[in-house]
Amino acid sequence: MTTTSTPPRRRLSMRRREAIACYIFMAPAILGLLLFAIGPMIASLLLSFTEYDMLSAPQWVGLANFQALIGDELFHKSLRVTAVYSLVTVPTILVISFILANLLNQKIRGISFFRSVYYLPTVISGVAVAMLWRWMFNGEYGLVNTLLDKIGIDGPNWFQDESWALPALIVTSLWTFGSTTLIYLAGLQGVPNEIYEAAQVDGASRLRQHLHITMPMVSNVTFFNLVMGVIGSLQVFAEPFVLTGGGPNNSTLLLPLYLYRNAFEYLKMGYASAIAWASFLIVLALTLLVFKSLPYWVHLEGSTEERNR
Amino acid sequence: MSSDLLRATAAHPTTGSSPSRPGRPTARRIVRLVLSYFVLGLGGVAILMPFFWMLSTALKRQEDVYKFPPEWFSSPHFANFAEALTLVPFYKFALNTATVVSLVVLGTLVSCSFAAYGFARLRAPGRDAIFLLVIATIMLPTTVTLVPTYIMFNYLGWINSFKPLIIPAFFGVPFYIFLLRQFYLTIPRELEDAARIDGAGYFRIWWTIMLPLSKPALATVMVFTFIAAYNDFFGPLIYLTDESKWTIAVALSTFTGSPRIGPQMHLLMAATTIAAIPSILVFLLAQRYFVRGIVLSGITR
Repeated sequence: MTTTSTPPRRRLSMRRREAIACYIFMAPAILGLLLFAIGPMIASLLLSFTEYDMLSAPQWVGLANFQALIGDELFHKSLRVTAVYSLVTVPTILVISFILANLLNQKIRGISFFRSVYYLPTVISGVAVAMLWRWMFNGEYGLVNTLLDKIGIDGPNWFQDESWALPALIVTSLWTFGSTTLIYLAGLQGVPNEIYEAAQVDGASRLRQHLHITMPMVSNVTFFNLVMGVIGSLQVFAEPFVLTGGGPNNSTLLLPLYLYRNAFEYLKMGYASAIAWASFLIVLALTLLVFKSLPYWVHLEGSTEERNR
Repeated sequence: MSSDLLRATAAHPTTGSSPSRPGRPTARRIVRLVLSYFVLGLGGVAILMPFFWMLSTALKRQEDVYKFPPEWFSSPHFANFAEALTLVPFYKFALNTATVVSLVVLGTLVSCSFAAYGFARLRAPGRDAIFLLVIATIMLPTTVTLVPTYIMFNYLGWINSFKPLIIPAFFGVPFYIFLLRQFYLTIPRELEDAARIDGAGYFRIWWTIMLPLSKPALATVMVFTFIAAYNDFFGPLIYLTDESKWTIAVALSTFTGSPRIGPQMHLLMAATTIAAIPSILVFLLAQRYFVRGIVLSGITR
């Protein structure tokens, strides 16, 4: 990297050859970026200013789609449903995952068995999980109500009940915390053991070690999980589609579902694009907020080590 | 914004550490151990309960499904599986799924490791900016690109074929490019230099050095890709219109509404169990790679 002794001409041609090779290697990614990210993004923005049913040419309508969104009751409802869904699932999964990852990070016999058990629901998430929970939450014969019955509670008809469909959907989603836990687990394994040893010598209790070592040391993981969790929660589709189809009375109409309806059921591609951009701007704002909060709670490399040594 | 994410998750040589901490009184250790097993066991039972319920229903005769209180595993009725498989053209769905999933896995592995080598090891003007852009798209919600992508595939005449599901995989997946790049950064440069002295070109170095050495990371990507492609519902739902083209995920979602299966819970759960088996098998086979692959990739550092 710091070779200054090589003659400049040869170095340049070597460099050039390396650069050409580099571009060739990056080519699939660059093409993918243009074809499946940047290109569609621009197209989506343009489409959001049009009316387009895929049968006749797109009509430029300016801001009409966005104005319609402002007055669209269903869109507002969809935003509320999505907000409740995200506000409950994301933090809950973070907390469960952090605690569980700590439990799973012990060197005890059979720990890999437990790791597998807790990751299993994540592996089969999607339609199969939705089918399974549909049966779990069956109003009359489902396991949930059977168990509730044992403690004397008359359970509702979950997915058919307007006030219980969203909570049931949230429970279904909480079941798949595996990836978040796994990433936490990896983060925990990266915390150098010497820090704990030093803290033990100083007589720090286990709780204090958790609060003052583990949590700050994996705060970057929390940050990563938080950002990915927010983005993920705004893209959930299979479960609500299969479990409720957005009903009853649109009580589980998450944003992607509303977008799907507009795009592929009503063929309102322009309006669907406007929904996509509105939700994208929301994600962007949320993500920026998380990034802005970064210096207040995430310990970046270096600072922690100095403090603990 | 994305540079912050990169910094927060930047590559870092992994420091292996054992979580067991020495110097504790034995009695407290035993109490902790018992408590750990108790909590993990209890949580495990709770987590697996829905699976037991699914399996139990899948093995019941129709008249026992609605019995109260439920009998968990009395006289298993294995014929349900055969019946669920024959009521729908299941082998056709399985074949479709196998075609799509295997090509998606292949495309992802080749394209991501190929691109990752460029990003990790070769220098070119603008490389890091391009890398940042690619990584930034991890955070791009798929909903934003959905409509134009669909219109594009429709324009190409790819609707109702496997192409929209398979071909994008050959253009790299940002998250896996990132994961593999982080892994390649940990491979000693001397190996490459030695190969260069022996006259190997970049392509050869990627194929004969980088790929073999990154097996754990590739296995991780493979498992993630398999599970994601196998469980993918949205793509097949919007792109595949003919029933003969359906994948298992789409077929399964229509079972309750289908006149052939209808509301027969025991058959539905049998079909769901069968649908879940491939993911579980792949996961169990590759389980040991999971944590290791993630740790080695340095995604969390």
